[in-house]
Amino acid sequence: MRMKLMPTHGKEGPSRRVAFTALMTALAAAAGYLEMLFPIDIFGIPGVKPGLANIVSVIVLYLFGPAYAFMVMAVRVILIGFMFGNMYSVIYGLTGGVFSVTVMCLLKKTGLFKCTGVSAAGGAAHNIGQLLVARVTLGELNLVYYIPVLVVFGTLFGSIMGVLSGMVYDRISKGDNNDRIFEREA
Amino acid sequence: MFKYFGRNDCILIAVLILGAFAAACIYHISGKDGKLARVYVDGTLTGEYLLSEEARIDINGYGGGTNTLVIEDGAAFIEEADCPDKLCVHQGRISREGMELVCMPNRVVVRIAGKDENETDAYTW
Repeated sequence: MRMKLMPTHGKEGPSRRVAFTALMTALAAAAGYLEMLFPIDIFGIPGVKPGLANIVSVIVLYLFGPAYAFMVMAVRVILIGFMFGNMYSVIYGLTGGVFSVTVMCLLKKTGLFKCTGVSAAGGAAHNIGQLLVARVTLGELNLVYYIPVLVVFGTLFGSIMGVLSGMVYDRISKGDNNDRIFEREA
Repeated sequence: MFKYFGRNDCILIAVLILGAFAAACIYHISGKDGKLARVYVDGTLTGEYLLSEEARIDINGYGGGTNTLVIEDGAAFIEEADCPDKLCVHQGRISREGMELVCMPNRVVVRIAGKDENETDAYTW
């Protein structure tokens, strides 16, 4: 049985959207926690991680638009930060998240890219945002040395997450023939 | 699967990755061997050590943590740290000007500098 989760445009009220957003937020928080359980250590550089929660950001962005994407991201970061992290992980997460979602909104708006490109740039932007916070909190930090590595990994992981979010999106929006949002908006 | 990315997405991803590689290459080629290891704790300079002299220094980080900095063969590395992630230890040996070892939990940064004078940022491009 396939549940039709997505609201059909105009036919259903906001309650379904609210419920679905809450579901997505919970999913994002779970993804964020899962990531904390399995940290990836490449080159000894902090910040290299797959960004599973980004799948949720991309899906919500495509389903409901920027405002919902920002909200889900913020609630996820604050939830995860206060449950499993500290004040710093909230600041890092929020800055990375705001950078990422902003870039993704802008790229989506250009209509030139599908979800993979949008998500890849979002991943890169996320890492750059976190690096800027690191510079502010640590004071002395030579950005030139870290940006290339973080951009490469942000882009790679972002692309993978972009393809995954495309697949997930297609499955949850099945049945809505008018929902070809992931195709290029020419 | 090709449904999810088109030509523009490939171009975007390629530009990001190649751009990053180009930046890294330029940075690496322009790097010079450093002379000094500068230790910063929470943004303030707490010590300077010559790379030509072997040394073992215990750095007292922010919030009571310690990192053991070792200098030998003209390179610096963190041998031991009491932070939970040990990322600074895994960052390995550094000897080039401008390279850094960073320990976020203890807010310790070790940066390689070129000269004895205070003109560390001269290499920035």
